[in-house]
Amino acid sequence: MSPTKQITQSSRKRIGKRQTELLAELCNALSVSGDEQEVREIVLREVKPLCQQVEVDAMGNVLATRIGSGQDKVQVMIAAHMDEVGFMLTQDDGDGIYGFSIVGGIDERQLVGKPVIVGREHVPGVIGAKAIHLTTPEERKTALKLEQLRIDLGPDGSGLARVGDRAGFATRFSEIGPSIRAKALDDRLGVFNLIELLRSAPENIDLLAAFTVQEEVGLRGARVAAYHFNPQIGIAVDSTPANDLPLYDEDSENTRYNTRLDHGPAIYLMDGATIADRRLAEWLMKTAEGEGIPYQIRQPNPGGTDAGAIHKTRAGVPSISVSVPQRYCHTAAGLIRKSDWEDTLRLLSAALSRLNSKILTPSEA
Amino acid sequence: MTKTQPNNTRDEALLALIRKLVETPGPSGQEGLIRAAVLEEIKAHVDEVRTDALGNLIARVGTKQAGGLRVMVSAHIDEIGLMVTHVDANGFARFIAIGGVSPLSCIGGRVLFMNGARGVIGCERLEPNSAPTLEKLFIDTGALSREDCPVSVGDVCGFERPFLDLGAHLVAKSMDDRVSAAVAIQALRALKKTPHEVYFVFSVQEEVGLRGATTAAYGVNPDVGLAVDVTRTGDTPRTVKMEVALDKGPAIKVRDSSFIADPRVVNWMVAAAKAAKLPYQLEVLEAGGTDGRAIQLAHAGVPAGCLSIPCRYIHSPSEMVSYADVENAVKLLVQLLSEEIKLD
Repeated sequence: MSPTKQITQSSRKRIGKRQTELLAELCNALSVSGDEQEVREIVLREVKPLCQQVEVDAMGNVLATRIGSGQDKVQVMIAAHMDEVGFMLTQDDGDGIYGFSIVGGIDERQLVGKPVIVGREHVPGVIGAKAIHLTTPEERKTALKLEQLRIDLGPDGSGLARVGDRAGFATRFSEIGPSIRAKALDDRLGVFNLIELLRSAPENIDLLAAFTVQEEVGLRGARVAAYHFNPQIGIAVDSTPANDLPLYDEDSENTRYNTRLDHGPAIYLMDGATIADRRLAEWLMKTAEGEGIPYQIRQPNPGGTDAGAIHKTRAGVPSISVSVPQRYCHTAAGLIRKSDWEDTLRLLSAALSRLNSKILTPSEA
Repeated sequence: MTKTQPNNTRDEALLALIRKLVETPGPSGQEGLIRAAVLEEIKAHVDEVRTDALGNLIARVGTKQAGGLRVMVSAHIDEIGLMVTHVDANGFARFIAIGGVSPLSCIGGRVLFMNGARGVIGCERLEPNSAPTLEKLFIDTGALSREDCPVSVGDVCGFERPFLDLGAHLVAKSMDDRVSAAVAIQALRALKKTPHEVYFVFSVQEEVGLRGATTAAYGVNPDVGLAVDVTRTGDTPRTVKMEVALDKGPAIKVRDSSFIADPRVVNWMVAAAKAAKLPYQLEVLEAGGTDGRAIQLAHAGVPAGCLSIPCRYIHSPSEMVSYADVENAVKLLVQLLSEEIKLD
């Protein structure tokens, strides 16, 4: 199944106990778009010792600059979004029962029965539904609509939340052998990877790290962050769906998997928001081949990352995205392979070390 | 209206230019070849030329004199195309659209990849009376297997269809928007004297969301801007109701679904057409957008409009324009850029 195992085992380990613990802390934090405080505090704690300049901008982005000491440095902005998809309480029905809306893209059919946490205090609740005992066979054929669902905090919870509070899935981070199961891997993996890159940034670049807000509702934070940094190159580090399970119809080939687990970091050529700069794509692929790091091309598909906002900023920024493949993205529990996570970090780190401004020469192909 | 244009009154250089531009492949994001082709045509006639970070070709003609403005003229050089998403075990390539590609006009079409490979577009068996979707289509490159296939995930192709000269009307796969690039090039060469600093922008990635013009307009920071692009017509059997028709002159856009042309710009364009005794038509396009929107929203806002070339069968492999409209569009653009601009 995996051509990558051998390569990964022979390489320098980047993911150990400390790294996994930080990713767990990031994933377990609640940071739904527009209220990213919890993740922002972790990010600030981690990056302040690593950077010459750290600020929080008007929208809440953390903008951290690590200045290199080399000659002919390239100004590289790397963006990872701190927000996650989730919910917002919209209606107080009394007795700790709340109507809610979805923030970002979540399939409402998947909500029934999920445990949730509400607000900065992580008040536990559940998106409840009638027990099977009481439903008719007819009822069970239709998915419940968002309007029919409520978050139930129990009567004691009614004072602990209010309309406007964010809520998210209650899933706790866990390791399953070579895999990790957690909520919000999109994009805490990116946040983690960007923190790691700041720890070991090469001297040939100025690393302009943007931990962005409100990506899931339309790349909003990245837009102003890119305006602020005005970089020469933009990279979004994110997580993208892997729909790589076998088809039930065995005669057919799965032609729409987006990405596959165990095939390494996913390099973008085109999504709904960006056509990746081909010079940057070549640079990443050559780096991977040179360093023996597995990679895959993400299938050109709709969807978007912060690169969609960055590349259109000011007079234009050549941009690309790199993602860790993840099964069950934007649901209560995503699943990744540690090897893909580690290889993504290795690829980004190696690529940055090789970067120089010659890459920006206009291509005529 | 004459039924056919006598061949001896046509500008063969303009026809050759259009042919060259429409036959050069350049789907959005892959504008290297077409950019080089345009540069070749203009470099002897410009005061300054550069390629920006996204690949827009930006050429300046003239310097700002008393009463002059910084004017941006934008014609996009990208075209719609396809990108491979998967090659199956038997060597058939699945794909996604780059820009607004209609599945109906794909079937049986031929494509040319940027790496030189060629292919034809086939379709799965459809349910009776169902319309095809792009997911049902595939490119057959003649490969016998995945290993044998000359293309892989991420490879890009454009539609392949030679230029067709019907006399009064011209047909090609990418009149949208190479015919406008030809208009801009001709105007650039013909512009002998101008009080303005004119930035001719040959923009990229228009078909995927006006992306090139967005950054070009920021970089140029113009006082006034014009897109040059094709527009739909209402002059074919049982089509949408629309005032614009071929052979009635270039169209002056009043609005489309992406922006409302600045009324002062519309008035300026109408006055110029009248002054030069050129035919023109006013255009209201219900669905469609142009670089005009991107220019209008740049920086603190820019008065912007659009000079449109009426075009039948847009986004099909056989887009049709009128030779006379093209020639008159060149004359109108030269007129617009030669005189002082009064916006009121």
